[in-house]
Amino acid sequence: MNIIIVGCGKVGYTLAGQLNGEGHDITIIERSAERIQSVSGSLDVQLISGSGTSVRTLREANVEEADLLIAVTNQDEVNLLSCLIAGKTSHCRTVARVRNPEYFEEIAYIRQCMGTSLIINPEFSTAREIAHLIEVPSAMEIDSFAKGTVDLLKLEIPTGSVLDGMRVDEFSARFNRQALICIRQRGREVEIPNGATVLEQKDIIYIILPPRQIRSFCESVGLPVRPLRRVMIAGGSTISFYLAKRLLRNGFSVTIIEKDYSRCEFLSDALPEANIVYGDATDYEMLLEEELTGMDAFVALTSLDEENVFLSLYANKMAPRCKKITKNNHLSLDDIVESLPVGSLVAPKDITAEYISQYVRSLNNSHSSNVEAVYRLVGGQVEALEFRLNEQSAVTGKPLMDLRLKDNLLICCILREGKIITPGGRDTLEKGDTVVVVTTHRGLGNIREILRNPPR
Amino acid sequence: MNLSIIVFVIGWVVMMEGVFFLPPALVGLIYGEYQDAAVYLILGLLCIAAGYLLRRRKPRSMTFYAREGFVAVALAWIVLSLIGCVPFVVSGDIPSFTNALFEVISGFTTTGSSILTDVEALSHSNLFWRSFTHWIGGMGVLVFILIVLPMSGASTMNLMRAESPGPSVGKLVPKVRQTATLLYTIYIAMTAAEIVLLLLGGMPLFDSLCHAFGTAGTGGFGIKSDSIAGYSVHLQNIITVFMFLFGVNFSFYYYILIRKVSDAFHMEEVRWYLTIYLAAVALITLNLTAAGNSFLTSLQQVAFQVSSIMTTTGYATTDFNLWPNFSRALMVCIMFIGACAGSTGGGMKVSRIILYAKQIRLELLQQIHPRSIKTVKTDGKTVDKNVLRSANIFLMTYALIFVVSFLLICLDSFDLTTNFTAVAATLNNIGPGLNVVGPTGNFAEFSLLSKYVLMFDMLAGRLEIIPMLVLFHPETWKK
Repeated sequence: MNIIIVGCGKVGYTLAGQLNGEGHDITIIERSAERIQSVSGSLDVQLISGSGTSVRTLREANVEEADLLIAVTNQDEVNLLSCLIAGKTSHCRTVARVRNPEYFEEIAYIRQCMGTSLIINPEFSTAREIAHLIEVPSAMEIDSFAKGTVDLLKLEIPTGSVLDGMRVDEFSARFNRQALICIRQRGREVEIPNGATVLEQKDIIYIILPPRQIRSFCESVGLPVRPLRRVMIAGGSTISFYLAKRLLRNGFSVTIIEKDYSRCEFLSDALPEANIVYGDATDYEMLLEEELTGMDAFVALTSLDEENVFLSLYANKMAPRCKKITKNNHLSLDDIVESLPVGSLVAPKDITAEYISQYVRSLNNSHSSNVEAVYRLVGGQVEALEFRLNEQSAVTGKPLMDLRLKDNLLICCILREGKIITPGGRDTLEKGDTVVVVTTHRGLGNIREILRNPPR
Repeated sequence: MNLSIIVFVIGWVVMMEGVFFLPPALVGLIYGEYQDAAVYLILGLLCIAAGYLLRRRKPRSMTFYAREGFVAVALAWIVLSLIGCVPFVVSGDIPSFTNALFEVISGFTTTGSSILTDVEALSHSNLFWRSFTHWIGGMGVLVFILIVLPMSGASTMNLMRAESPGPSVGKLVPKVRQTATLLYTIYIAMTAAEIVLLLLGGMPLFDSLCHAFGTAGTGGFGIKSDSIAGYSVHLQNIITVFMFLFGVNFSFYYYILIRKVSDAFHMEEVRWYLTIYLAAVALITLNLTAAGNSFLTSLQQVAFQVSSIMTTTGYATTDFNLWPNFSRALMVCIMFIGACAGSTGGGMKVSRIILYAKQIRLELLQQIHPRSIKTVKTDGKTVDKNVLRSANIFLMTYALIFVVSFLLICLDSFDLTTNFTAVAATLNNIGPGLNVVGPTGNFAEFSLLSKYVLMFDMLAGRLEIIPMLVLFHPETWKK
């Protein structure tokens, strides 16, 4: 597809890299010549300097031939205007980033008026992701498939767990549930396990299973299931606002620490049930005073990534049992930060990029492919995809053991008429199924591509 | 520096050159020059084998930084030339290694300066190879390889940037590979069009091919002693038009392809290119008519000569060395201007001249209104400061290389005009200069040193200087 991205900030850049890698033709419109200069060395895309709200610039970017325009500048108004103009000049679909909570309240109406196909709010999506992690405390990451019928859980095997030293085939025999280990990560090594793979403590594994079994599963492998009650949020940003709002509604007790007085006033006005503390989160004394040690969860959401990392390290020291979530939006430090005990990492830019690229693939869907959802795991090394089988094809009707599948590819789950099937060699794929696949091959667009030699 | 990837690219270049050796072999077979055909065939197969071996080892990392891009391109061109001169030596047509190397560098860099005293003595396969090198060098070998190279990513842009002419090299379409494919498609289509027109005009097939290659690459090697003068006026006019067309920025053709015709004709560079061309033709024609020549004949000849020199091709239908002094001087001036950026032509490029003129105007305004803030714009867009800076540095380096080369050449005992225009003709990739190196002369009499200096000038001119300097700078090779 021909895709125009307006604005090449963190999200625009991540998105361009991802979509370009999937074979789309990307044109970026960006105001700053300096930014263009730096991007031109690392992305094979067309770069145009100018404003995304100018028809002339949009024409120069060949908007008439574009299939999709994604506006992700740092200004909501520019994004919406850009989408509006593009929508009127051509027949392309448009995606706008809107994050001001004021607009977001009435977003459905705005979307309808502007004719925008999709509105994304990174702060809101991030808050939802974080809330998910707090609600399921043992998981480091959760992604949902088939509208929440099954979840993909990332967790670390605790010391002394029954899983330590267990072979993957024993695992399936022992846990006669609809649970399947999809990915094993040991240090930097990532593997899609087979029956002979042996698990060890401290391994990070991704497991697919229905949400209602998460609790009993965690119990049996020795992960904490104690429900969380008290949450401390460092930083009173928009993400914090959305997060606190949702947590309060679900009965959590929330403390927010914010260093700007007027922001505190606004928060306390908007979230009367929350405990809003005026102070700098790096004032460690104050954190203790606000009972950091008694918290069940600590979320570091200040605007500085470095500060967030240090705050989480401090929380880890003072309250080792508390669940930590750290916002890290940097482009390049992921590797280093991941090796520190800072709990789960969330990156709004990745969440946004993931969301949009999922949308892009579902657009492709109407032409040839049938991807319903995509998640990029382990820093993009592995993809988990949900396919919907709308038609008979080379992969349907045959036992799985007879299909010549690609290496490093695992069919994790088949959903047929609301039933979850954990696939074995004799199972088949049928028309109408929803299938979850985990693979290290990037950019699969069609279920046929799981085969080693996909038919044309 | 990532040497393994440079070796990988050189492997590809050697292999492609092997493939390029096959057409001359075929020509040799057709004309019964079995010995030459065998030389090309064996050399071609050897190159393909050697290139295959070189590129079999996968580089550790497939990333190109600007440094690797420059070094790979500069080295590739040197390797290409060293291998390319072998058939001339082995077949005995140009026994001296230096002369053969000069001839083939002149070919690949689309210069067209020759050391041959009698072109017509060459075998058909050698003549064909000579002209074919123009076609290969015109759009660039690496741009061609980018189409087939199993590599993607922005870093390959560093290769294209190092090889393509112009102050700021951009992409026509989002991906490097598609851009390269598009450029070659336009290039091949236009070459084919010229071949067909020449054939229809009555030129023999072999001559049409050679001349079309020479025109397309803006090279200028003829296959006759009198260049194009022996062909009919009609054929000369066809070549005039095509030389001019190949000197136009290829973005122009892309705009026309995607039906943005008005954008195409609003390109400032193309407008100025046309203006300068018409002005030069008018002035020289007047000068010649005033000197007592017939107007129409002069116009036809001037149109050809100016087109040939401005696009840096170097074909000739008349000896412009015999023109009045004003006309000769004007010809030397347009040698420096050259063709458009993003074309196959050489010289300083019209777009750079525009930038220089605009900067001068701006500087004057700045002196009159010291506090005013103004930016340089082309095509309605502000030109990035870095582009201006590198264009200005280009001019300085260009002048420096020119002066040094000129001094070195002057060690030979030719007159100043010969020496000056010899450097101008090679550094700008034109071909003929004035006096001894004029359209009817050649470079055979220069000393060994002068020939190597001129070879360097040709390569530096084709690659726009910087890659050659980066290659020879010690910092590049520091561990």
